Amino acid sequence: MNRPAEQVRESYDVVIIGAGVIGAAAARALARYRLRLLLLDRESDVGSVTSAANSAIVHSGYDPTPGSLKAKMNVVGNRLFPELCRQLDVDLKMIGSLTLAIGDEQVPIIEELAGRAAQNGVPVEILNRDAVLQREPNLTPEVRSALFAPTAGIVNPFELTIALAENAVQNGATLRLNEEVTRISPRPDGSYTVMTGRGAYRALAVINAAGLHADTLANNALAELGRPADYKIRPRKGEYFVLDHFDPEFLHHTIFTVPTEKGKGILVSPTTHGNYLVGPSAEFTDRKDDFATTDETLAQVLASAQKLVPSIPTRQIIRQFAGLRAVEKRGEFVIDRPAPGLVNLLGIQSPGLTACFAIAEEAVELLREDIPLEENPDFNPVCRPRVRLHRMAPDERAKLAAEHPSFGRVVCRCEDVSEGEIVDAIRRPCGATTVDGIKKRTRPGFGKCQGGFCQPQVVKILARELGKKPEEILLKSQGTEILLEKIGGANGD
Amino acid sequence: MATDPLRTETFDLVIIGAGSAGLAAASAAADAGVERILVLEKEDYPGGILLQCVHNGFGLHRYKEELTGPEYAERALNESNKRGIDLRCGAMVLKITPEKEIHYSGEKYGYRLARGKAVICATGADERTRGAIRIPGDRPTGVMTAGLAQHYMNLDGYMVGRRVFILGSGDIGLIMARRVTLEGGKVLGVAELMPYSNGLARNIAQCLNDFDIPLYLSHTVREIRGKKRLEQIVLARVDENFAFVPGTEKTFDVDTLLLSVGLIPSNRLLTDLGVRLHPKTGGPVVDETLQTSIPGIFSCGNSLHVHDLADFVSSEGENAGRSAARYVLDGADTPTGDSPVIRTEPGAGIGYLLPSVLHTDRTEEFLLKFRVRKPYRNVVLLLKQNGKLMKKVKKPYLLPAEMENLRLTREELPEPSGTLTLEIADE
Repeated sequence: MNRPAEQVRESYDVVIIGAGVIGAAAARALARYRLRLLLLDRESDVGSVTSAANSAIVHSGYDPTPGSLKAKMNVVGNRLFPELCRQLDVDLKMIGSLTLAIGDEQVPIIEELAGRAAQNGVPVEILNRDAVLQREPNLTPEVRSALFAPTAGIVNPFELTIALAENAVQNGATLRLNEEVTRISPRPDGSYTVMTGRGAYRALAVINAAGLHADTLANNALAELGRPADYKIRPRKGEYFVLDHFDPEFLHHTIFTVPTEKGKGILVSPTTHGNYLVGPSAEFTDRKDDFATTDETLAQVLASAQKLVPSIPTRQIIRQFAGLRAVEKRGEFVIDRPAPGLVNLLGIQSPGLTACFAIAEEAVELLREDIPLEENPDFNPVCRPRVRLHRMAPDERAKLAAEHPSFGRVVCRCEDVSEGEIVDAIRRPCGATTVDGIKKRTRPGFGKCQGGFCQPQVVKILARELGKKPEEILLKSQGTEILLEKIGGANGD
Repeated sequence: MATDPLRTETFDLVIIGAGSAGLAAASAAADAGVERILVLEKEDYPGGILLQCVHNGFGLHRYKEELTGPEYAERALNESNKRGIDLRCGAMVLKITPEKEIHYSGEKYGYRLARGKAVICATGADERTRGAIRIPGDRPTGVMTAGLAQHYMNLDGYMVGRRVFILGSGDIGLIMARRVTLEGGKVLGVAELMPYSNGLARNIAQCLNDFDIPLYLSHTVREIRGKKRLEQIVLARVDENFAFVPGTEKTFDVDTLLLSVGLIPSNRLLTDLGVRLHPKTGGPVVDETLQTSIPGIFSCGNSLHVHDLADFVSSEGENAGRSAARYVLDGADTPTGDSPVIRTEPGAGIGYLLPSVLHTDRTEEFLLKFRVRKPYRNVVLLLKQNGKLMKKVKKPYLLPAEMENLRLTREELPEPSGTLTLEIADE
């Protein structure tokens, strides 16, 4: 007897599992062709897990081992960023990075990194102490030299994933959220059945970009083909602090410690919105849902960061968070096609964000053998520009508010965000449906009050736009309602 | 048709914020003869945080009767309406320029400029958040500041939790403990980091003791647990250095944690302008006229320093209103530092002391405001100028939860210079 879950609902050319930055980039890259695409994610929004909790850095590529896939994808990906972010209207600032040698013993490491950079084809320059301190007066006086990488940048990682998914949807891809893939089952005809909590889809090809869970999906699919595989993802947790945008002159570059075997080490960096990010730690955890921060780890993060920038103002700390890197046991990106029509994009830890465009192109090339790729003449690579009121001149704002009064109504005081921007974030393709979704798209809740003032208004706007009751509005994933029932006889709306 | 959508209007005085401080300032300035006054309020209704304070206890000092927050706000609003003051709600101020041009934006007004000869900032305070006090653990829903919960319950009419714990014994936390209980929620406890409560004594009695809600002094939340909704908190005792005492952990199964862990004066508009902030209060440095380090810009209410009673906020607002009126009408240009000044400094046992600067040639009477660092019994306050004892006041008790006032006449400060220190000593 057929279980309902196994009845095929729809057929697609390619089903992409996981709407993180990698899955979304793959969907967008495939949207250039005449293909029926389905992008699935188990969360209530795209880019909710690793893509939402990382260092938001576009790495230059001096660090990965020369010749590795990481090095190649990093360098290629980095070069694609300016043009693609322009098309997608994503915030990107190529501010450059400084990797500091603190104490004489680290000076040779900087020289070694410069050699690695040359092998990877990354332009760098070694700066002496005076030159470093001239660029960044708030760095530790203990700095001896630094590796300056002018092609490093910072990006808004939320916006990037959302814009990629939006552009894919705009070009015909279907996006389904809150739908967890449980199994990729090969069919006798060489296609696949993708089973989810809600049903099943037939796919000529599958891209497995399921992040932390991509190993299990890949292993199970290959086991069904009688070809046991041993992909293994072990999450490595990174804990961070976020500082308020207290002073645009505090730091101008991303500041790194010298890398260790665990990763790129601690960084202190401006974000595209003028905040400062401090972190991450790098500790393995055995749980793929462990996003807890701890006092001990964050104290170490802060102490390490203070070795770079002693005057980090701890009074300006507004948030802590933890992200999980999907580390494959080989420590390398896994971009493969273990069976016809099945492409794995797994183990995409740092510099995965930087590599996303390059990895997406690799995925397209791997699928070329399995499905016909015919150019889509209607493909539009450009996202409709987002309104960013806080960067507009007063007369422009006045003009916009006169035409559309909702752009005059400022909902978020800390970040200066209007109701018009929030409504647009909901109504766009791949629009926000949760309070965090609004926060990631337009920033209310990112500021000093952390939503204390604006959250009730955001909840009301979401309820109105989505035709829901306020008590149905979610903070983030399913099961995260903010409000309980209406108080009897209370004077609400 | 208007060709330039960016309208500029000119006023004598622009007041930012229509809470207790801003409304009182407006009325007092009008009474002192200022004509063109504009009050800008970010919310759709005037009254500020009073509107969500549906409990009573307001107005005992000012009106000699017990009012609710909305009733108190209504009185303040009636006063300003009687004087025909131009009040614009739903108008968010975004920027103050050095020329005292106020940029604001609202659905009704669009984006506009208001130029004032003087400006009073009465922008209230922000609640300290989970991130600011760095509570470790998971990030589920069900963790929010007490003021936000108060907004949801009292203004929007929604329950926020069934099994609730409250961190911080500040007044908002205590009030919310009672409010949640009255609506059928179960409050499992209130924890306070300090060895004493930070709320008013009457609130401890009426909000906790009357409902048998335990108060855990010298305790704080060690960890938050819950993947989606809050499931558990871990409470632990802290020692005198606020370090956790191992082995004292207790877990509570709760779906909601409310944070009442302090208010921070909200002053981004002023810091962007370069106004100097007081290291202790988080508000601006002011003189006895409540003028900040920039002439013509005044501060009052919770954005100057955190108050515990709205009544005192109103009288401080009036002081700012009168000072701004003198500035507007007399053209009193009083850059801090030009005329002879006395600087004030908190001495032993004093947390902060306001104002920071006194000009003895301008005012007959001074009102010093301060908070103590910890509770005291049977002590004396010693006011010393340049080390010389000027005044001695007996105090049966002093509590950090209660802002204290000390009135001084000019005669008590014959020397117009040096440093005035306030300290606590044994009787």
